[in-house]
Amino acid sequence: MSQAKIRKRKPGAGRKPSPIPTKAIRLPLPLVQKLQELQNGKNLDALYRVDIGEIFTGKVSTALRSPFFESRVQAGFPSPADEFSEGSLDLNDYLIHHKAATFFVRVTGDSMKNVGIFPGDLLIVDRSLPPTNGKVVIAVLNGEMTVKRLEKEKNRVLLCAENADYPDIVVTEEDSFSTWGVVTNVIHSLI
Amino acid sequence: MFALIDCNAFFVSCERVFQPHLEKKPVIVLSSNDGCAISRSCEAKALGIPMGAPFFKIRDIVEKHNVHVFSANFSLYGDISSRVMEVLKAFSPTLEVYSIDEAFLDLSMLSHNKLFAYGCHIKKIVKKWTGIPVSVGIGPTKTLAKVANSIAKKHPLGCYALLTPEKTETLLGQISLQDIWGIGSRWSKKLNALNLTTALDLAQADPRWIRKAFNIVLAKTALELKGKACLSIGETTPPKKSLISSRSFGIPLTTFEDLREAISFHASSLAHRLRIEGHKTSLLSITVRTNPFDKKGRFYSNTHLIPLSSPSQDNTTLIKAATLALEKVYREHLSYKKVGVMALNLSPENQVNPSLFTERKGQEHSLRRREILKSIDHLNYRYGKGSLIFASEGVKVSWQPKSSWKSPSFTQNWKQLPEVS
Repeated sequence: MSQAKIRKRKPGAGRKPSPIPTKAIRLPLPLVQKLQELQNGKNLDALYRVDIGEIFTGKVSTALRSPFFESRVQAGFPSPADEFSEGSLDLNDYLIHHKAATFFVRVTGDSMKNVGIFPGDLLIVDRSLPPTNGKVVIAVLNGEMTVKRLEKEKNRVLLCAENADYPDIVVTEEDSFSTWGVVTNVIHSLI
Repeated sequence: MFALIDCNAFFVSCERVFQPHLEKKPVIVLSSNDGCAISRSCEAKALGIPMGAPFFKIRDIVEKHNVHVFSANFSLYGDISSRVMEVLKAFSPTLEVYSIDEAFLDLSMLSHNKLFAYGCHIKKIVKKWTGIPVSVGIGPTKTLAKVANSIAKKHPLGCYALLTPEKTETLLGQISLQDIWGIGSRWSKKLNALNLTTALDLAQADPRWIRKAFNIVLAKTALELKGKACLSIGETTPPKKSLISSRSFGIPLTTFEDLREAISFHASSLAHRLRIEGHKTSLLSITVRTNPFDKKGRFYSNTHLIPLSSPSQDNTTLIKAATLALEKVYREHLSYKKVGVMALNLSPENQVNPSLFTERKGQEHSLRRREILKSIDHLNYRYGKGSLIFASEGVKVSWQPKSSWKSPSFTQNWKQLPEVS
């Protein structure tokens, strides 16, 4: 359990810290030039600024995907395949559009079996989507969560099962009712 | 212009998202080891349950009024918190996560007449996307945004904007100093003695005098109350320098073996968290203590630091080191109430230089270890936390803290998802 002794640092020695965190990377020369122009023109801020024009439709994602510079080149030639790289497929991309508003729930009953929702299935629920007419939703009726198809008629709301054994539920004024989220996908295992 | 977004009764609200039948009912959440009430619904507040009340003192109220009680489920609250912050990010280019349930937004890009509507919109979207009710306070400084937020909490719309100097002045005249952000009870007493009682008194005092008589922090607060922004939004939170895992025991422990299991558990959980965050540690600190409120036994508390030969995120290394440290601080015939392990000197995992004495063979070994640990993490993710543990962590877990009313991990465990029929 020994630790190497480190000589004390002289104050003010070494490279001056950058105001923003930096990282050394390898870039193609033409791009380096571009970036330097940007930096010299004090336009660096523009690179970090977030455009808040499209807030509500935009996808909330922390990861910035970059198709460039996929292989870390230590020596020799970069892989020619990099140029054509499209990345690999990620199911999250396909199924989840609003990460912060997406939840998973487990189905217990068979009231929705005619639309392919069976007991034990996993539902992907997006709370950010509007619960429009005909959508399969997670509704909260008198404190209980249930999955049903939402039918909005002129002056009443129905929660419809997709199974002849279950009658439609008419939501009355005495009920406490809200929609919790819209079901976007069912994940059903076949094995 | 700044906005402070604060989640209402955050922990209770998290429980309600997945258990909607708790809506409009008195609900409290207890601190770890089921000690004190740390979050209360307004219905519970109305019953007279004070913040931080020890559970044994409010048991009667709880039973009489059918208050729903939950043990803290911090991993759930953490997940919901990150969702709330994720949603807030879309509303401003600069966001400061101030605590698990509070965040500041910079709204200087908006014109004054749009601020209130924008605040209401933020509230609506956060509620819709995450299920969490929030209050929005808007003001020309962070301190005033905080003041506005306390008014928003009582406002029917849950949003309040403090925009004109006249309105601000009237309001500050009604707020006592100790309710102002950053002014503790000690300072407010000192200020009261100098005839400064309301927030307005402080705002109107000469900042140069405050700086001389007190300090620069209070002078800044005074300026902030005046509407002059001194505190900017901390855009990036500084990287973590340490990680801690510690808990009180449900029942006190005395034997070395029991303590070793607890210490191993904490060391193991630290290693896991280090891997998640991409860090390595080179210094461990372990702490043991007996119950300070126990009048019969002797109070004993001790800490031991143990450096690692090279930075690590490996359960085995951390468990070994922590056990060695425990041997140093363990005393016989005592009832221990709490142990904790802390990882210090964190460094990014990819920037760590291999130690002088690690040979090539050692490097291959460490690569293999990394694969093994990855598999363990993966299995614990897939089959739930604690599915695969190190033997030294023990299987009895008699030392686990009391957590009698914990809700399921609705968003972290495939086996505990909310159910619908």
